[in-house]
Amino acid sequence: MNQRSLAVVSAGLSQPSSTRLLADQISAAAVSRAAADGIQLTVTVIELRDLAHDIANHLLTGFPPAALKDAIETVEAADGLVAVTPIFTASYSGLFKSFFDVLDKDALADKPVVIAATAGTARHSLTLEHALRPLFAYLRAAVVPTAVFAASDDWGADSADGTLRSRIDRAAAELTREISRRDSVSVTDPFALTVNFEDLLKNP
Amino acid sequence: MQFGIFSVSDITTDPTTGQTPSEGQRIKDIVTIAKHAEEVGLDVFALGEHHNEPFFSSSPTTTLAYIAAQTSTLQLSTATTLITTNDPVKIAEDFAMLQHLSDGRVDLTLGRGNTGPVYPWFGKDIRAGIPLAIENYALLHQLWREHTVDWQGKFRTPLQSFTSTPRPLDEIPPFVWHGSIRSPEIAEQAAFYGDGFFANHIFWPASHTARMIALYRERFAHYGHGDPDQAIVGLGGQVFMRKNSQDAVKEFRPYFNNAPVYGHGPSMEDFTRETPLTVGSPQEVIDRTLGFRDYVGDYQRQLFLMDHAGLPVKTVLEQLDLLGAEVVPVLRKEFAALKPAHVPDAPTHESLLAAKKVNA
Repeated sequence: MNQRSLAVVSAGLSQPSSTRLLADQISAAAVSRAAADGIQLTVTVIELRDLAHDIANHLLTGFPPAALKDAIETVEAADGLVAVTPIFTASYSGLFKSFFDVLDKDALADKPVVIAATAGTARHSLTLEHALRPLFAYLRAAVVPTAVFAASDDWGADSADGTLRSRIDRAAAELTREISRRDSVSVTDPFALTVNFEDLLKNP
Repeated sequence: MQFGIFSVSDITTDPTTGQTPSEGQRIKDIVTIAKHAEEVGLDVFALGEHHNEPFFSSSPTTTLAYIAAQTSTLQLSTATTLITTNDPVKIAEDFAMLQHLSDGRVDLTLGRGNTGPVYPWFGKDIRAGIPLAIENYALLHQLWREHTVDWQGKFRTPLQSFTSTPRPLDEIPPFVWHGSIRSPEIAEQAAFYGDGFFANHIFWPASHTARMIALYRERFAHYGHGDPDQAIVGLGGQVFMRKNSQDAVKEFRPYFNNAPVYGHGPSMEDFTRETPLTVGSPQEVIDRTLGFRDYVGDYQRQLFLMDHAGLPVKTVLEQLDLLGAEVVPVLRKEFAALKPAHVPDAPTHESLLAAKKVNA
């Protein structure tokens, strides 16, 4: 079976969090969709809460502590990404943004991404389109057309019609399709020497 | 092996007293610190270059010449000299002048400078940092080796029939180290010329330093200057010592917590684990420093950062006493016992002159 990798970034703060719940549902849907297409999708979840101090320290010192370095490398090497944030004050949370701030600007280039968010009310739903989608567009990620938003209502009995479930499935299908039509990600080493000195000297 | 100290010349408020030294006081203190480095038996004093507050050292060769006049064995160096925003012609002139005045006790470490606003003050652009370092050094290298230079490049006005004066002492250019935290191109530059490579080794994890040095060593051999283990490597380091480890931790913590660069960030314990910072007893400093060799190989120069973050000059001088009396003698002996005979020492004017006479 074709092996591919999926990184899941969750910026939920409470434990358990609805943000993590949404992230897990999207990744589970992607795994089963991929399996149907003959792809074994390995999932690694990154809880930003666990890395909050490391992210602040990276911003201050310029280098990532070990656990954050692992998380960054996981995202860079992943064939696909699910990025889920709670909506705070009309946008993604500061912690969510800070994690993407410390990624290399090319880390997500052409990487298939599902964007998703949680909030207390459905009135925040377009935040996905006016905040998250431009962020990932800037990073040149291949954001799939379906963004998944879940408000408190979506977790309740009233949503038994399964509209959240259908959005999750649609996003997962789009993600899997984008992953399967790309080659596996090969990570370029930012500290590898890519020039020789004679060339540098000739054309500084 | 050479041991010494380097200063970034920051003027920082002492967080324990709220006192900030005046520029004048701090400048006088740095001279006292450098002289004391020689008194306690250290080999090297290196001074940074900055053109923005809170730093005072905009004119390192002036300061180093003044120190040279009051010392007799101390090797004077820089940490770093800005190869991007300085005119290479002026670097050639200033350091040749310093060579003559100090009887050859000079080398220099070139760096690019990472403070964006400084570049435009000197008509440059930080985005061209690497190309500036490449072109400017190529010219500097030529000015010290050829009497009359015709030159044309991208970044400065062309030169026709120019002679940089004074000529280097005994026609031997000062030895050059290239410093970089994270650019493989600079390791490549040092390797190409067979110059030294100095790793900052303070702000980034040891694993990163190890990679940069390994690349430099491999390329040094590639360009035919010797075996990889014959490349000339220098490391920075940062320590704070008291006889009792816990006293060191207690005394240094407020300085660490408020230090420029990493203050208000990681805990001192985190930073000690992630980087080569050592806060503890002289024996802990000895053990940690000897461990540097495990990941960079036998190396030629170890410089410690001692006078920063608002530490009072009295404390800095006490740190030098400990370094000179208890740490460096042990390190000298231990490193020397481990170093194979084919690994060279860092070049000095004396050794380069002797080599020149043999080759003549």
